Amino acid sequence: MTISRRRVWAIARKELQEYRRDITVVAAMAILPVVFLVQPLVQVFTIPVSAAAALRHEHALLYLLGVPVLVPAALAAYSVVGERLQATLEPVLATPISRAELLLGKALAAFVPSICVAYGVFALFVAVVEVLARPEIASAFIQGPELLAQLLFTPLLVVWSIWVGIAVSTRVRDPRTAGQLALLVSLPTVAVTTLVAFNIIPATLPMALVLGAALLLLDLLGWRATSAFIDRERLITAT
Amino acid sequence: MAGSGAPALSVEHLSKHFGRRVAFDDVSFEVQRGEVFGFLGPNGAGKTTTVRTLCTLLAPTSGSATVAGLALVPANGERIRRRIAIMPESPGLYLRLSVLENLRCFADLYEVPSPAARIDHALRAVNLADRARDVCGSLSKGMRQRVALARALLTEPQVLFLDEPTSGLDPAAAREVHELIDELRRRGVTVFLTTHRLAEAERLCDRVAIFNTTMRVVGRPGDLRDRLFRREYAVRTAAPLPEPGRVFDGLPAVEGWRPDGVAGYVLAVSEPAVAVPEVTRALVAVGADVLSIAESRHSLEDVYWALIDQDKLADQSELAGRDKLTGQSKLIGQNKRSGPE
Repeated sequence: MTISRRRVWAIARKELQEYRRDITVVAAMAILPVVFLVQPLVQVFTIPVSAAAALRHEHALLYLLGVPVLVPAALAAYSVVGERLQATLEPVLATPISRAELLLGKALAAFVPSICVAYGVFALFVAVVEVLARPEIASAFIQGPELLAQLLFTPLLVVWSIWVGIAVSTRVRDPRTAGQLALLVSLPTVAVTTLVAFNIIPATLPMALVLGAALLLLDLLGWRATSAFIDRERLITAT
Repeated sequence: MAGSGAPALSVEHLSKHFGRRVAFDDVSFEVQRGEVFGFLGPNGAGKTTTVRTLCTLLAPTSGSATVAGLALVPANGERIRRRIAIMPESPGLYLRLSVLENLRCFADLYEVPSPAARIDHALRAVNLADRARDVCGSLSKGMRQRVALARALLTEPQVLFLDEPTSGLDPAAAREVHELIDELRRRGVTVFLTTHRLAEAERLCDRVAIFNTTMRVVGRPGDLRDRLFRREYAVRTAAPLPEPGRVFDGLPAVEGWRPDGVAGYVLAVSEPAVAVPEVTRALVAVGADVLSIAESRHSLEDVYWALIDQDKLADQSELAGRDKLTGQSKLIGQNKRSGPE
């Protein structure tokens, strides 16, 4: 199977142009991260210095991993059903594009803004804490292993959420349902990151490796499963 | 003008069913290269499904076809799609993107060489070169159709499928689309046109197929008229003939006549070259002032309705038959229930 980079980029570029001009997409990408910033920021600026030592045993920073789960799911959920709604799907499917190229183009278009938002929000949070929080609190919050976890888990979570979003988008007829369903299906992943953040699931190196391997496997399986949904007849007849 | 050689489209006993629902059944026809072929039928007849099947978007349930010289099989899907283009009923443009951005996307999807030149050429062909930077959402419906046509022309397709290209357009916009289709014919592009506008089909198409889930008839509009209706001539005289039967009955090649208005008569003729001079002589012989003798042409619409009405009648008699059978079985059931136990 040969993949045409030109066709993949044609889809990705078109999607990115559409995102940029769609106020609802821009709003979703702006609001979701803010929701995840509120709790840790409140904690940073309200916690007494005496609690800094205890804070070192928590992993509040990992709470921000909800951003790379929810933002791409919301974006990808619109990708197919949105085209069906605009009646733009049929002309695209009538071109020589393969299902892998279409899927990669759509995934790339959701990946780029999602990863930028996830890393951007995280960088903003770290910068605010480093500059404005008391040094004891800042050093308790921002720890090396958590920075590394954030860097490594973000793309894995983004990819998984994109497959979930696109898969949902191929199977429903209404964009609103697609968005809600994609967010709903992503909630277990957010639950896992939250449980790790609140130390209910121990944030150890073996656990990180297990979760990383599981996510990588899910990403590969997600690619295969979502590919199967990109079937011309199914997409055209919405069955 | 239709060309020679292998047909651009060849369809044999093609069917598409969605479960128990029949979209179209046992359809066979050929479209020659360079031909403008009209595919006519009422809403729900299966026209769009046929187009989608021939464009490899849906898999046929049975039968075979070749499209642009390639067998319609899944392995040829990408190659067929490279040789054809489709303009669906809805233009399907990205409304937040400009005309240029829309066409650029599709030029890349078709991997068109020198996309800028091709886009410019396609836009000139549909007279939209000056609107290239306009956002598609700001264009009128007619202009959107033209952008969709420009998109279909990016690749210089061997077969162009136009699915209801003037649906929802006002007469002026529809005329623009007709002119574009005429231009395509002059360039030798094979056009497969689905429509339920019969005047449009009559004006644009070399041949038409009348279709209602199954193929009803295929041919040139004139041939279809001749096949379905007798040739008729309308005679107008200054005053009503006192005894028209004595004038028209028994004339060579005149098969029958009927009055048409106060001083008008419609004659069914088998050979106009024989009948018309005979009729003229007969009218002059009885001293009638002849105002006109002209062929009374049936339109494609008459042909269409004759066939569709036949289908309706067949459906009604089938339903009536079914009702009768159901009634009988109910009666049998009642008899069984009321019989001795």
